[in-house]
Amino acid sequence: MTGDWIIAPVVLPAALAGLALLFARRNLGLARGISLAGTGALLALAIWAVATTGDPQVYRLGNWPAPFGIVLVLDGLSALMLLLTAGLALTVLVQAVTTGRDRKGPHFHALWLFQVMGLNGAFLTGDAFNLFVFFEVLLIASYGLMVHGGGAGRYRAGIAYIAVNLVGSTLFLFALATVYAVMGTLNMADLAVKLAELPPGDQALMRLAAVLLLMVFAVKGALVPLQVWLPGTYANAPGVVAALFAVMTKVGAYAAIRFGTLVFPPGNAATGNILSDLILPAAVLTMAVGGLGVLASRGVARVAGYAAIASMGTAFVAIAGFTAPGLGAALYYIAHSTFAGALLFLVSDLVTARKRGARLPGGLAALFLVAAVAVAGLPPLSGFVGKLFVMQATADHAALIWSAVLGTSFLLVLGLSRCGSRLFWKADDAPAPRLSAGELVGPLWLTATLVGMTVWAAPIRAHLDGIVAGLLNPAAIIAANTLGAVP
Amino acid sequence: MSPALIAALPFLGALLPAIAAQAGRSAAALAAGAVTLAALAGLLAHAPAVLAGGTVTAHLDWVPSLGLAASFRLDGLSLMFAGLILGIGALIILYARFYLAEDEDVGRFLSTLLMFQGAMTGVVLTDNILMLLVFWELTSLSSFLLIGWWQDRPEGRQGARMALAVTGGGGLAMIAGMMILGQIAGTYEISDIIARGAEIKASPLYLPALVLILIGAFTKSAQFPFHFWLPHAMAAPTPVSAYLHSATMVKAGLYLMARLWPALAGTPEWTAIVATAGLVTMLVGAKIAFFKDDLKALLAFSTVSHLGLITFLLGLGTKAAATAAMLHILAHASFKAALFMVAGIVDHAAHTRDIRRLGGLARAMPVTFALAAVAALSMAGIPPLNGFLSKEAMLTEAAASGLLVAALATIGAMFSVAYSLRFLAHTFLGKPRKALAHPPHDPGPGLWAAPAVLVGIVIASGLLPMATFGPFVDAAAGAVTGGPVHAHLALWHGLEPPALWLSLAAVGGGLMVLGGWPRLRALWDAAPRPEAKAMFDATLSGLVSLARMVTDALHGGGLPRALAITTAALLAGGAWAFLTGSHSPGTRAMLPLEAAPMVVWAVLMAATLAVAALHRNRLLALLLTGIVGLLLAAAFAWASAPDLALTQIAVEVVAILLMLLALNFLPRQTPVESSRLRRARDLGLAALAGLGTGALAFALMTREAAFAPISAFHWAQSKPGAGGTNAVNTIIVDFRGYDTYGEIIVLGIAALVIFALAETLLASRRATARLAALDTGGNAGDPHPVMTAIGLRFLLPMALMVGVYLFLRGHNLPGGGFVAGLVFAIALLLQYLASGYVWSSRRRRFDSHALIGAGVLVATATGAGAWVFGLPFLTSGYTYVKLPGIEKFELATAALFDLGVFFCVLGAVLLAIATLSRLAQHTPDRERRGG
Repeated sequence: MTGDWIIAPVVLPAALAGLALLFARRNLGLARGISLAGTGALLALAIWAVATTGDPQVYRLGNWPAPFGIVLVLDGLSALMLLLTAGLALTVLVQAVTTGRDRKGPHFHALWLFQVMGLNGAFLTGDAFNLFVFFEVLLIASYGLMVHGGGAGRYRAGIAYIAVNLVGSTLFLFALATVYAVMGTLNMADLAVKLAELPPGDQALMRLAAVLLLMVFAVKGALVPLQVWLPGTYANAPGVVAALFAVMTKVGAYAAIRFGTLVFPPGNAATGNILSDLILPAAVLTMAVGGLGVLASRGVARVAGYAAIASMGTAFVAIAGFTAPGLGAALYYIAHSTFAGALLFLVSDLVTARKRGARLPGGLAALFLVAAVAVAGLPPLSGFVGKLFVMQATADHAALIWSAVLGTSFLLVLGLSRCGSRLFWKADDAPAPRLSAGELVGPLWLTATLVGMTVWAAPIRAHLDGIVAGLLNPAAIIAANTLGAVP
Repeated sequence: MSPALIAALPFLGALLPAIAAQAGRSAAALAAGAVTLAALAGLLAHAPAVLAGGTVTAHLDWVPSLGLAASFRLDGLSLMFAGLILGIGALIILYARFYLAEDEDVGRFLSTLLMFQGAMTGVVLTDNILMLLVFWELTSLSSFLLIGWWQDRPEGRQGARMALAVTGGGGLAMIAGMMILGQIAGTYEISDIIARGAEIKASPLYLPALVLILIGAFTKSAQFPFHFWLPHAMAAPTPVSAYLHSATMVKAGLYLMARLWPALAGTPEWTAIVATAGLVTMLVGAKIAFFKDDLKALLAFSTVSHLGLITFLLGLGTKAAATAAMLHILAHASFKAALFMVAGIVDHAAHTRDIRRLGGLARAMPVTFALAAVAALSMAGIPPLNGFLSKEAMLTEAAASGLLVAALATIGAMFSVAYSLRFLAHTFLGKPRKALAHPPHDPGPGLWAAPAVLVGIVIASGLLPMATFGPFVDAAAGAVTGGPVHAHLALWHGLEPPALWLSLAAVGGGLMVLGGWPRLRALWDAAPRPEAKAMFDATLSGLVSLARMVTDALHGGGLPRALAITTAALLAGGAWAFLTGSHSPGTRAMLPLEAAPMVVWAVLMAATLAVAALHRNRLLALLLTGIVGLLLAAAFAWASAPDLALTQIAVEVVAILLMLLALNFLPRQTPVESSRLRRARDLGLAALAGLGTGALAFALMTREAAFAPISAFHWAQSKPGAGGTNAVNTIIVDFRGYDTYGEIIVLGIAALVIFALAETLLASRRATARLAALDTGGNAGDPHPVMTAIGLRFLLPMALMVGVYLFLRGHNLPGGGFVAGLVFAIALLLQYLASGYVWSSRRRRFDSHALIGAGVLVATATGAGAWVFGLPFLTSGYTYVKLPGIEKFELATAALFDLGVFFCVLGAVLLAIATLSRLAQHTPDRERRGG
């Protein structure tokens, strides 16, 4: 059977992590080789997937027909998320290797590969329960990476991270139990079909399930009020890991988009607009909380964490309506904020690696400026284009949303300029070491990515609009599942 | 040269000065100058055509769906502004070369300056309002960097941040305004927008668009009440003040108002807002300027005032006023840039800019004095200089707008005369002050050449206005008003025009005001006045405090608050979702109440409540948790779920044993850390969440699914499809083997994380010291009694046999790789308990890491094996084999997959034990543990 490569983004990193555990436990060079080669291969695979994916493709695990077995669904959105993940993972992994951050604790590379596997699995699955499984994989791997290198602050923040996210996992189980007890199925396409025929007496339970699911995704996507775990986690995680986490929040956004377009499309008979009704106000609050947090924080890592919250607010505001322009804007903004957020975390890592209070090199100041401009959504980088996309898509609620978007930008400008001038504009005598070539790899590549996203904003957006058109036509995914076909 | 290239050239050349700086300051300045002059030459090449009324355009699509395009259009207005930007830019580069100190990074300075220059040129050349926003915010950013150039000075940092907050913030408002404008007009191209003025002004969205755009323009051009940032921007090096904050950037707002004049001007709203703001700004700025003692502050407020003047003219909305505005833009740029440069020269020579400490410099610095005199007199509006021309034009327009306006404009002009003359007289005339440490003298021609050129222009354009400024003003005003303009610029219009008399009144009044200086100054000092910086700082710190409050309230409470917020959100969201939908209760028949399950249920409840009540005693809490787990297993067994029961028992035993071992490293009691109130809150939240969960479980268990559940298929296909009669097992290893694949990896990762945590912990000396000081509690006498040790060693092979048995029968009866792995783990775990960590570890011949890795690999390889047969990942196959001597048995690939599961589970538990034993090695009684 053709199409076995669809599962490669999950199986390949898992197998390589297994190999790393077996053969490279005491051989950092080999471990690095394995994870670099694996992540590189994933990037190539993702590029290929993005370039070739047209109609949704379904991969039946164990050759069981849907909805009885588990299926993977590769459509434009999953391909895009695979690309984001692989692109970011490779960049940050190279940075971790060239700066030696991977030496600070054992099993960095195996955990890294498992993390990527978890992300890819979540983006590919077409089964609600299987999504839970991969949420677990990426959660536990991310916890391992988060406490990589140790330190009291990190351990403490790690406990909060894992505890809140385990609550999220529990909610996920409650939601899935509800879904299965009411619908008798877990395949997302099957859920979509059956939800349209749901008896009225079951609506309240499915509304509850939808809200529980949304809350799970909100925990991942740092949507207020479930963002509470993020600032401490990101601020205490190693810089390179925090940079990878820039794509972790996007899992929440991805899942919200997936369920909001396929399973609970707006205006459906069973749950109505329940997702939109909750996402919109929460997203506006998220922007506000993120913006205020940036202004309130002192350290660059914490500033970067709150900026990540604000960016999720912006993304969710665009998602909220589940309209074509909104989702197109959201996908562009998601891609942008992944790379921009990662850049800010890498800069933060380079800052914290130097002695506190020392005069930081000018190159680092320039990188901070680029990251700050990107994160605040100022011209000329992709954040500005993304913001215009979001504003254009939300013109119907301009008074509320535009004020929130621009007000948040204002708070970010204030906060980032305070943070930057405090960091870089101080005349201290002892200069910190200059940037080494190895430290520059990741930031420069991310900068180039942001510039590319700006220059080619139009073709990228056109591609994203194609993806969105597919999302808004769930019939294609449902058809690809060939539900109920006898083996 | 394409207008696009003209705007791009400074960006493209921005790196050159930084590179050339390796060869010295002059090389850097030459590089920057060459770039600027090249762009200027490209611009001027178009001048004849544009002055004749033509336009030059260039268009490059960027994001068509947004309306964002890199389109450029050079017309009379753009030509005038771009000429100003590039022409004065070249002079500033020359001046900066000699102004900056030896040890300063001239290359970086000029690079930033070029970046600003490119952004500013872009603002005036682009024909797309979104592109304009791009350049607009870039000018704010580069201005931020340039104001903060002297990074060690707090006033530089604060001034830079204030400027960015005000102008950047205004730019954000303008984004909204421009988006609205574009949506009204249906286009984002300026040339199309200004053709649709009537539609725009008729739109209900006109006012919001206007206000938002004007916020952008007013902040940038320092119009009241946003004027306060400009004086603080004077912390920048003087070339920056002369260039950005007098000649060019602050005029961007004026440019924008002129540019959109046909689309926005002419309505009562426009006049009311713009003319009023301009007039107020003019008066406020002029008055404050008169009382400032810092030369640059005086010039800054005078700039505010003059910008107000031009805004006022644009606000009037008449053709003649717009023409006068264009004239004054040119005049002001020439004399004000020269005056800033003079201020910089004085600062260099006298090492102070404080007028109170200056005086009588005319004799020591004759060249500087001459330049200052011409420029200052022009600023005062004294003939025959260009300032006179534009001031007269302004007064003419004011006189036509009514008595009050004329009077106020004259008062403004009067203060303008007063502060101009004060600048001149108090600095250069009078007795020389002795207080100056260094005797001041004229600088070399490098510093005064640039202002000299500007002063030359001031004189020439005053004497021969029609031959110099005339064509540019005509072309610019024509572009603004959308029709041909032929301004009659002359020094003498006869005795009739009221402007002449108002002008005379202003000069006379200005002299009187200056004459009354000491008394007025005393009055000024005594009068209370609002301090803009203090107000701004207070607002900002208020905002920061608010931000801190919100942020701390949400994130400052650590894990307890995070969980409380999460639970509260769950309750609110869940209740809302459920209560707003329609619900009918389940229809399943209930089971009759039986005594035995009721007792178990009651014990379960009691144990659960006891855990909550006694959780501070960790050992007790753990044992109670174990009881809960085992009772659950019993419940599963009672409810006909033997697989679940078996798994639950095994998991419970392993988990409790591991946690018992881990308790060794923890205090026995959990201290009370929370207040009574908070515990009450948490109790309430937890109780509600628990009741809600119970209600949900009840609702789910009492109903049939609305659709036939997929489990029917699993029942039916378990034997024929998956080759096993235990449907639970076939679901785990086959139907949903992919879930299992993920979950064993979760288990493996968890063990790796435990290991990694301990490893990094043990690398820290503080942690090992604490372990060594750990109170491991009372002495148990003999920690490893011989009876237990021997007994459990005997038990080991039997336990392993049970594990193998469970593994093998798993496909058809309760059991399987997961449970088998746990049973193996328990058997080995018991050896650790009985014989100690060291004894047991020494006898363990395999690496747990490798076991996990092998488990993942075996499972993966089994799954991938299906590819050989052209089947998808994890497709199972089975066959029956008959060997002599034993019965026919089944061989299934699922069993191989289960082996992977088994390895992973076993490896994970063993790794966790190994890690705990590593920690134990560092505790005080390791000798006995090693026993």
